[in-house]
Amino acid sequence: MTNKIKVEHLDFYYGNFQALKDINMDIHQNKITALIGPSGCGKSTFIKTMNRMFDLIDGTKATGSISFDGTELLDKNLDVVQLRKRIGMVFQKPNPFPKSIEENVLYGVKRHGDVPKSEWDELVKTSLKKASLWTEVEHKLNQSAFSLSGGQQQRLCIARALATKPEVLLMDEPTSALDPIATAKIEELLEELKKEYTVIIVTHSMQQAARISDYTGFFLNGELIEFGLTKTVFSNPTDKRTEDYITGRFG
Amino acid sequence: MEKRKRHQTEEKIIEIGLILVSTISILTTIGIVITLFYESYEFFMEVSMIEFFTTLRWAPVFDPPSFGVLPLLSGTLLIAVLSSFISLPLGLGSAIYLSEFASKKMRQLIKPLLELLAGIPSIVYGFFALTFITPLIRQILPDTSVYNALSASIAVGIMTLPMVASLSEDAMMAVPDSIRQGAYALGSTRLEVALHVIVPAAFSGIAASFMLAISRAIGETMIVAIAAGQTPTFTLNPLESIQTMTGFMVNMALGDIQQGSIEFKTVFVVGALLFLVTLALNFIAKFVIQKNREVY
Ligand SMILES: Nc1ncnc2c1ncn2[C@@H]1O[C@H](COP(=O)(O)OP(=O)(O)OP(=O)(O)O)[C@@H](O)[C@H]1O
Ligand SMILES: [Mg+2]
Repeated sequence: MTNKIKVEHLDFYYGNFQALKDINMDIHQNKITALIGPSGCGKSTFIKTMNRMFDLIDGTKATGSISFDGTELLDKNLDVVQLRKRIGMVFQKPNPFPKSIEENVLYGVKRHGDVPKSEWDELVKTSLKKASLWTEVEHKLNQSAFSLSGGQQQRLCIARALATKPEVLLMDEPTSALDPIATAKIEELLEELKKEYTVIIVTHSMQQAARISDYTGFFLNGELIEFGLTKTVFSNPTDKRTEDYITGRFG
Repeated sequence: MEKRKRHQTEEKIIEIGLILVSTISILTTIGIVITLFYESYEFFMEVSMIEFFTTLRWAPVFDPPSFGVLPLLSGTLLIAVLSSFISLPLGLGSAIYLSEFASKKMRQLIKPLLELLAGIPSIVYGFFALTFITPLIRQILPDTSVYNALSASIAVGIMTLPMVASLSEDAMMAVPDSIRQGAYALGSTRLEVALHVIVPAAFSGIAASFMLAISRAIGETMIVAIAAGQTPTFTLNPLESIQTMTGFMVNMALGDIQQGSIEFKTVFVVGALLFLVTLALNFIAKFVIQKNREVY
């Protein structure tokens, strides 16, 4: 069992407001880690520290350590472009670019310029296949991404993230805007993806966390209350608050 | 019941009022177009179209007169093209800076400044061109005429720049932030996000701002009348004195011309041509925008 990411004593501030308090967590390679907790407890904030998306927000500050295969992610001089290439992200609301389906998948590759043009077609195909979208779009790759349904758009966003060949995939409530069928599709997909990627997923659905994840972390008011094997967290939580949350006694 | 009825009558009155108002502006436009083309028709009863569109001397008040419009057309296009070299790239550049690079504070400072700049009357730019830009050009290139196209173009470019910047920035800010975030999360630099995602996404708005700037340049009168000269010259040399279509019209309007005279009609025929050029430009722009539209 290998640690892909090791978070130690992570504190995070929006201005004067402390959104994360002394977080310690080991993210295991090729596993799915689910993050649960009530709204506003800091789940999104936490995954945004891992690809430094918080850099885009003025007045934010992160202290402590996040080590990614031995690289310190909170290092001021870190090349965030390279980091975000290795740690991909899928957002809550599908956010394809107003471009063709193919252009969406190739976006990252074109920016990074590390895949020869002759391999682009193949990359589009494999990425869309991995996101189990290929058969639905193979004959309309040049159509606008906005012609797709919400669920298809979300899978396109997953394909787009996979095309840059990341090692870790961060997903912030990727199915919250989708219907049950589209959700089931993406959950199935995650099962496949974890063979190749390390996945961290934020979810509001206990069932989803229980179904798909190997590890679960429970956040409350910026603190990580409980973290461990999903089985244990759900069947035998050590903290009373975890139990209350999981059983829906507060929310 | 009563209340609902009253609402309905009210709405009806408002609707009729609005239709009336829009009819007035449509009728005015139609009236202008009819006058333009009627007087142009009269003009072409006296002057051949071939002379008008193919000969290179414009001297309608000379004896004998000549009516080759190409010098005026080339003058107008020269100003439009040269000023675009300034207003479009600098305007778009400013918009990119404002929407993607500038801090919120900076934006709040600069945006009203731009709008202020856009409100300066063009005659001020005209004098600025004549008394500041022209001497500067002549210092570098001493052979330049006192009145020249370059100076006027620079002033027109500076005048239309804030409009391009402001409208393009509006279009870029209208692109949803989620799209921006998506691009950053894939490992793009700020510049890549701006150039490869935001600008294409805001293309139709940006193109519209370009269009407006070029139309303003073509229609601009005061600056060219003051700084570009009054010599209809068929030339692409920006250092020479020229005359534009609008420059000619204002020049004629200032002198006293008799209604129904051929000089009188020239003003309308040039006006009609100006109208057609602007209309054509609008159609081209519509077409370009339609073809490159990206919805989100
Ligand atoms: N840009 C921001 N500026 C200031 N405070 C913020 C910002 N984003 C989030 N916060 C605050 O940080 C805390 C954690 O927010 P976060 O978005 O991480 O919660 P979350 O667990 O993802 O909630 P949800 O389940 O609703 O998505 C909240 O109290 C929120 O108000
Ligand atoms: Mg969230």
